[in-house]
Amino acid sequence: MSRHVFRDIRGTLQPFWVTLRNLFRKPVTVQYPEQKQQLPERYRARLILTRDPDGGERCVACHLCSAACPVDCISMQATEAADGRRYAAWFRINFTRCIFCGLCTEACPTKAIQVTADFELAGRDPLKLVYEKVDLLVDHCGNDNSYNFYHQTGIGVTAPRGENPQETKPMDVKDLMP
Amino acid sequence: MADTLFTVVLILAKLALIFGVVLFMAAYLVLAERKILGRMQLRYGPNRVGPFGLMQPLADVIKLLTKEDFLPARADKWLFLVAPGITAVTALLVFAVVPFGPTIEVFGRTIPAAVVDLNVGVLYFLGVSSMAVYGVVLGGWASCSKYSLLGSVRGLSQMVSYELSLGLSLVPVIMMARSFSLHDIVMAQASVPFLLLNPVACFVFLICILAESNRIPFDLPEAENELVGGFHTEYSGMRFGLFFVGEYINLVVLGSLMTVFFLGGWHGPWLPPVVWFLIKVLMVCGLFIWIRACLPRLRYDQLMNLGWKVLLPVSLLNILVTGAVLLGLGL
Repeated sequence: MSRHVFRDIRGTLQPFWVTLRNLFRKPVTVQYPEQKQQLPERYRARLILTRDPDGGERCVACHLCSAACPVDCISMQATEAADGRRYAAWFRINFTRCIFCGLCTEACPTKAIQVTADFELAGRDPLKLVYEKVDLLVDHCGNDNSYNFYHQTGIGVTAPRGENPQETKPMDVKDLMP
Repeated sequence: MADTLFTVVLILAKLALIFGVVLFMAAYLVLAERKILGRMQLRYGPNRVGPFGLMQPLADVIKLLTKEDFLPARADKWLFLVAPGITAVTALLVFAVVPFGPTIEVFGRTIPAAVVDLNVGVLYFLGVSSMAVYGVVLGGWASCSKYSLLGSVRGLSQMVSYELSLGLSLVPVIMMARSFSLHDIVMAQASVPFLLLNPVACFVFLICILAESNRIPFDLPEAENELVGGFHTEYSGMRFGLFFVGEYINLVVLGSLMTVFFLGGWHGPWLPPVVWFLIKVLMVCGLFIWIRACLPRLRYDQLMNLGWKVLLPVSLLNILVTGAVLLGLGL
């Protein structure tokens, strides 16, 4: 016989009360297709490519997101515009592989790639889940409405060096005069 | 000649009735169990097929029938094919002696409301229900799989530890009713059910039929989390379905035996006898489902300890005390 007879008896009878009480409670289940759960604001699901406040693509095709991706679902081809600004010629995310870890958004220096709360990606054709750049690009800035990478870094693309607000002219390194 | 014909037709009619009712109840007990278990775990349970999920049993049957009937390469073919039938058939056979109402007068003949009113009904129940374990044992052994074999070994060891107490817990009932006939046992409970007269025997019987039905907390031969599916690991499609439905037929049968032996059978105020019988059976089934929602599975050494060291002495002592009381009362 156990030394804890009374504890054991209580432990045997208590579940009966708990389950009986639960029987008359409302289930916690969300009946999915009819009811939808209010997802948290920072829920990580489908990825998007955002634009800067001026409407230009944020992505500079630096490959940091594809390097950070643990399942290698991001691929792109970098190219340069006439003014020297880098952009992705094509950009492809394979959502059949994506695990929605969000590491690409952490890696992105220009806040171009961002997550949304849209998780309903299921489909019958896996090839339809390979999203191209047109599918990924959106018309808004995502979760940061003011950030413009080139304005911050001042690389002479949108304006020549030193011409941006809060900048001084770059020093002429060949001139020794003080 | 006409007399014989009448008897045969009557028995066939009762068989068909019982077969239909028991199978229907078994099918809907599966649904009831899933729904009640779900609600006890704050889920809904199946609610997609038909209103409130009421067509779920039909969907399950269609699913099971259209699945592949798989036969493991090294299985003992005939035993493998026969085993699921043993489980379902023995469970149905027990119901032959269960009286679900008082005797009826039809065309000037007294007819018991059971397929047969055997004068050794209790012994018949004990004998046939011991055969049920062959379904488990042969199914597991014939599969030629280690998990199935472990399941059937557990089934056997479980059987030897509860079967004795099961029989002994019925001895006080027979002593009090002075008959082996289930009909007489119910008639003896016309005023007070044996549950109140001999709660100890009732409790021992309840634990033993829990073990007999291979349900939690005594579902050792199945033990999904340890043995994959135990004795039915290798079964698929409708053969698995037969094991499954056999388990629930068994639940109905054991519920009705509990009703007959301890809850006073069809006796009850106001309502018709058959309704009372049905209510009591469903209450016992509900208790089984409730127990399943509450208790964890015992290890099989714990079950054997319980069977041999607790239930057996308790039921023997109970026989002694019951006998002494009956003798003292001069009954």
